[in-house]
Amino acid sequence: MSKSNSSYTKVSSSYISHKVNDIPPSGIRKFFDLLSSVEGVISLGIGEPDFVTPWHIREAAIYSLEKGYTMYTSNQGLPELRQELAKYLESYCGLSYDPDNELLITVGVSEGLDLALRAILNPGDEVIMPDPCYVAYPACTSLAGGIPILVPTTEENDFNIIAADIEQQITSKTKAILIGYPANPTGAVMVKKELTQIAELAQRHNLLVISDEVYGQLVYGVEHTCLASLPGMKERTILLNGFSKAYAMTGWRIGYAAAGKELIKAMTKVHQYTMLCAPIMGQMAAIEALRGGDNEVEAMVRDYDRRRRVMVRGLRDIGLSCFEPKGAFYAFPSIKITGMPSEEFAEKLLVEEKVAVVPGTAFGQCGEGYVRCCYATSLPEIEEALKRMGTFVNRHRHRQ
Amino acid sequence: MKQIFEALEKDARLTTEQISTMTGIPVAEVEKTIKKAEKNRTILKYKTTIDWAKLGEEQVWALLEVKVAPQRDVGFDAIAERIYRFPEARSVYLASGTYDLAILVAGKTMQEVAIFVSEKLAPLETVQSTVTHFILKKYKEDGEILEGGEAIKRLPVTP
Repeated sequence: MSKSNSSYTKVSSSYISHKVNDIPPSGIRKFFDLLSSVEGVISLGIGEPDFVTPWHIREAAIYSLEKGYTMYTSNQGLPELRQELAKYLESYCGLSYDPDNELLITVGVSEGLDLALRAILNPGDEVIMPDPCYVAYPACTSLAGGIPILVPTTEENDFNIIAADIEQQITSKTKAILIGYPANPTGAVMVKKELTQIAELAQRHNLLVISDEVYGQLVYGVEHTCLASLPGMKERTILLNGFSKAYAMTGWRIGYAAAGKELIKAMTKVHQYTMLCAPIMGQMAAIEALRGGDNEVEAMVRDYDRRRRVMVRGLRDIGLSCFEPKGAFYAFPSIKITGMPSEEFAEKLLVEEKVAVVPGTAFGQCGEGYVRCCYATSLPEIEEALKRMGTFVNRHRHRQ
Repeated sequence: MKQIFEALEKDARLTTEQISTMTGIPVAEVEKTIKKAEKNRTILKYKTTIDWAKLGEEQVWALLEVKVAPQRDVGFDAIAERIYRFPEARSVYLASGTYDLAILVAGKTMQEVAIFVSEKLAPLETVQSTVTHFILKKYKEDGEILEGGEAIKRLPVTP
């Protein structure tokens, strides 16, 4: 690097805010760079469906482009989409949201999360969330001026966040609880009984709950409970959901927030200055997704379920203990028998056997000793990956 | 139960052990269910979809529209049976609309198909007329796209 270049780097890095500097880069991204340098890799490190968006949805979007729908929409999103969404939420979890005041179309759940946090947090406000959790939860909280308070969750408790553990962390600064079940990275689901305890706790301490339910439709043998549908919870829940996972629409970037009028108004205020609106093509596609019925979603869920069982069984057969994930499309096996930390395990597995998994530590300290394996990939690939992992585990288990 | 059949329909080569893992149903029960389904012809056969053109094999397919006169007591069934017994008729359907039977015919050459239509099918007593559409190109067969398909375009690691 030339001298002028390095001094340029020095100067430009001095411009970066402390807030951004202090946030660690996503552990998933870091791993991605390593992965790009190895060939012939089977990746279980993916966080999206291997299905392409169902054709009727793509076709509807193409048609809308042909018809010239290429402009801004209202800040809150296309009225037709919000109306369809209101109908859907009514039938899906028995909740009635006013499409004019209580729904906001966002650029994926990612934006919804950012808006929710920015709309509610004053500097120093605390947000309680499970550890491990999706990478954006703590980072977005910090960016919004809040303080993420991580509550450890364990395999013994099915990676559910326990109300009593939350209660211990509540202070006068606590503003909200942020949960995402079915969970990325663990595949954990919180059933109604457990969620009810969270709901009661939130009401007792007058807390808001941000509930990211983007994997809500991907559950296996259990029922997903919409947190907002529990008694007294609609007014204190910001429900975040989207089309990415259930409809295999990750690249369209369409999500939504459902909450009380005042909250949606505040979130819309941030949204209108920062994003203006979600892309119209995606919104048109989302309308078709809602109107098209759930047949294709159901078929995808059945397909994931078969692969889930193959993955979990396979991991157990090679000697890794694996908690049974009942939602999303991740398995979260313990790798403790190898004696390796998660990151070392993931790196060695990649280099030695060419299988990519994501170290559990990318999702928080409590992910140590675990790795995330996505089973939204073809069965032959899952089987081959399991074979390679078996060889790897065998080799390293005996070495101890 | 449905899961067993859905898995098998996607890949007929799955073993009962694999199906058991995929569905969570015990091996013995999977075996019993499949045996029973084979016996009562819920499972008709195990089939492979092959792109013969790739092997350089010439194969000619035609879609036939056939108008027939239904007969007293047996309706269309008797004539359909007479037709489906010919091995050239790969699929036979009763259809609504301007004709009665839709038949998929396969042969090695156009000549072979033509001979079947003119010498076997058309002369049948109750057949009133036939229209033969030769298939020019197959795009999709049994739910599988023959050429191109859709490659996976995902990045190898995503959140």
